[in-house]
Amino acid sequence: MMIVMRPLRRWLGVLAAGGLLFAAAAAGEMPREERRSGFDFMSDATKAMQRDDTLNPGMLWLLEGEALWRRKAGSANRSCADCHGEAAASMRGVAARYPTYDIREARAIDLQGRVNACRVRHQDAPPFGHETPELLGLVAYVANQSRGMAIAPDSDERLAPFRENGRRLFNERLGQLHFSCAQCHDDLWGERLGGSVIPQAHPTGYPIYRLEWQAMGSLQRRLRNCLTGVRAEPYAYGAQEYIDLELYLMERARGLALETPAVRP
Amino acid sequence: MARVLITVPEHAKPGEVIEIKTLISHPMETGYRAGADGRPLPRDIIRRFTCSYNGVEIFRADLFPAMSANPFIAFSTVVTETGTLTFTWQGDNGFNQTETATITVS
Amino acid sequence: MDAVPITRATRRQVLLTGAGLLAVALVRPARADAPDMASVIRDFVGEAVVRSGRVKLEIPALVENGNAAPVTLKVDSPMTEADHVKAIAVFNEKNPQPNVAIFHLGPRAGRAEIATRMRLATSQKVTAIAALSDGTFWSDSADVIVTLAACIEG
Repeated sequence: MMIVMRPLRRWLGVLAAGGLLFAAAAAGEMPREERRSGFDFMSDATKAMQRDDTLNPGMLWLLEGEALWRRKAGSANRSCADCHGEAAASMRGVAARYPTYDIREARAIDLQGRVNACRVRHQDAPPFGHETPELLGLVAYVANQSRGMAIAPDSDERLAPFRENGRRLFNERLGQLHFSCAQCHDDLWGERLGGSVIPQAHPTGYPIYRLEWQAMGSLQRRLRNCLTGVRAEPYAYGAQEYIDLELYLMERARGLALETPAVRP
Repeated sequence: MARVLITVPEHAKPGEVIEIKTLISHPMETGYRAGADGRPLPRDIIRRFTCSYNGVEIFRADLFPAMSANPFIAFSTVVTETGTLTFTWQGDNGFNQTETATITVS
Repeated sequence: MDAVPITRATRRQVLLTGAGLLAVALVRPARADAPDMASVIRDFVGEAVVRSGRVKLEIPALVENGNAAPVTLKVDSPMTEADHVKAIAVFNEKNPQPNVAIFHLGPRAGRAEIATRMRLATSQKVTAIAALSDGTFWSDSADVIVTLAACIEG
């Protein structure tokens, strides 16, 4: 499948990140004014790769997602577009407020869980596997419709216990190295681990094209890398722990702009 | 079929020098990376990329394992007449893919 | 009687060393087995002298991840039938093998400017050599420091 792009306006992304931080104070370990996306910690070369859609390798996945949006699927022979119309209209703002509450399953659900739930419930199709190009592509395509928008987590009260679980996990020491996320990402961001600068761990651009993976991957994949990094056994893909963590991380990142598809080292 | 992203202007003037950017989804497995069992994963790379303009080759690249995954190559050409740009990627394990893009010259 | 343990120990030592060498060879082919940079450069330029200049190799001085270092190659050339760049080749000194790519241009290129992304196994020198239509060869080099991801994926 090939896409031809005509060079148009370049998306300058979150260079003016400061403009999107909300002045309103909120409880949290990190002072609002200090919060910066992982984008700000990258080299100029990697930033350039993200800024320009004609250079960003994540676009290869996103464009597949765009094709999948229109493709009829399952026994219901229905495409996403058949119910949702043009994604640019119907999906605008969606990724900015996920994870959200799924009534049927009575739990917090992330965007990839929602895509798969739609496949099963409304297209009568099997769910996409974790980290498959189809799932990553569709989620990237949907999330891209919120690019540039401020992260604005869903205020549904039923999400509170899940978010609190996420906050607990973020602060819990894990693994043989006995580190918590907070120790590096709240207390030591900006310092270096090995040759790399420690970012603040805001999920501003997921799914991301990570240079280390040479491919696009989900937040769950990235969290698994962190868990392996502290020598903890990662939770299985799809575990509620990842969704709860994402809920907390998105609240912690409230007001930062979404960048999907981001590029990260 | 690998996913491909090509950036090329739709219209151009004769004599104009245009930039063409190409990006193709491919692991470019070097042959030096060890798999989970400690043994090197076999090499699987794109070895040659060509671009033709109305059938005449205007650019060619010989690629080696030191090229990044999802290879990105940007180059230029002088616009001559309206027609078709043809891009081919060939490599290990019979990899062979061709894509085209039209350009209108006036 | 005492000679036996020594002989056994020696044989076991040799076997272990042999297995160790074998394991190393499988996982990381020695750079010595691959052609060296000088010889592949000779393949490209033949007997010609390579002079420094004309071509510019742009690559960041510090690369966050060795999987994808952006590279730009530029030669100041009119790119006419009479005077143009025929090819630009990129070489490295510390990857498992020294070639990166060879880009074939010509007067239809309009401009001798190429951008791509390369892999860097470790901090090293990268060299670009341009072959001009008048038979001359010109080079530029850059030293690159490569940092790696801190938390190993495993």
